Amino acid sequence: MNMSAELESLTFEFPGTQVVAGFAPVLVGVVGSGNLEVLLEAGAGASCRFDVQTSARGFGTIWAAVCRDFHLRHPLAGVRVSIHDMGATPAVVSLRLAQAAAEIAA
Amino acid sequence: MNNALSFAECSARERIAALFDAGSFHEWLPPSARVMSPHLAQLGVPSAFDDGVAVGRARLGGQPVFVAAQEGEFMGGGVGEVHGAKLVGLFQRALRDRPSAVVLLAESGGVRLHEANAGLIAVSEVMRALLDVRNAGIPVIVLIGGRNGCFGGMGIVARCADHLVISDTGRLAMSGPEVIEASHGVEEFDARDRALVWRTTGGKHRYLLGDADQIVADEVPAFREAALRALGASRPLTLADLQAEHRLLAQRLAAGAGADDAVELWQQLGITNAQQVPDLNAAQVHELRQPAAATS
Repeated sequence: MNMSAELESLTFEFPGTQVVAGFAPVLVGVVGSGNLEVLLEAGAGASCRFDVQTSARGFGTIWAAVCRDFHLRHPLAGVRVSIHDMGATPAVVSLRLAQAAAEIAA
Repeated sequence: MNNALSFAECSARERIAALFDAGSFHEWLPPSARVMSPHLAQLGVPSAFDDGVAVGRARLGGQPVFVAAQEGEFMGGGVGEVHGAKLVGLFQRALRDRPSAVVLLAESGGVRLHEANAGLIAVSEVMRALLDVRNAGIPVIVLIGGRNGCFGGMGIVARCADHLVISDTGRLAMSGPEVIEASHGVEEFDARDRALVWRTTGGKHRYLLGDADQIVADEVPAFREAALRALGASRPLTLADLQAEHRLLAQRLAAGAGADDAVELWQQLGITNAQQVPDLNAAQVHELRQPAAATS
């Protein structure tokens, strides 16, 4: 097995203040080239947890910045964000996160 | 100006939401269940939470139907082990619950090559499960209008169904253009010649040859109307049907002898002004087919 072919897994967790009432899981986006899927689910605790799997390795600091930026605007509490990424740009990731947040707010 | 929603531009989930009765879709094994490919992560390829296919039940014109929609943007809609198992499970459940129809929104390049034999076996299991449902008198309706078309093993699956609807921009074939070019050379088939690709695999060609039962414009409402018309279009498979199909194929082979291009084949089949076909819209092509070929 060529180890360089592995996916990178990243996890971030931020304490949230915006408690979301129980909601059905939300999926936005598709795992396609330059795109990603984001699954939002109700999670335990008062934090917002991000689990990222990406085929583009070595961009952990940018993922941290994008997730932190999203959390500043949507300080969700008790939410789990799961991401499957296929090389989406930070702008696309931010839009998908905002789209998912809009769906649970709707 | 026509502002109807484009079927081709929608994702699989958007198609389900727009095509079936509003809010009626109930998904089985939804993304949150995380039933995913056991193979892709080992190859460094991200998985999809639904393995590229959404399955469940919905209503169509008030009738209970089972639904599957393949996502063409994920691995080209390729059928992997889990993707195939979800389709098989849906068909087997249809045998038990007997919905009014099973509607398959097919968009696939065929077997997901990353999963090799598991994908091949999955496609053959889908065919067997589909034919069981068809044989039980529950119509299987296939809708083809995604940008990736319907190729390889899924092309065969589509032709196993009771009723097939395709858009003029949809495509249906066994080997895709690149595969033919790679195996037979660019002089035999130039995969970059988009007009040639659509003449040879496109919805108009499939409809004129009788491989598709309905041709529609690339609009979600048009697909919905076509699917509504097909409810109750059960065609249980009989020996006589198979023999008739073989006669049709033999006729086509004879008509196509010496024809180098689809246009010549259309002429042989009696289509007047065959060279105009690529410029016609779906409604105009619908008018062209001989009544004899339309019985299905």
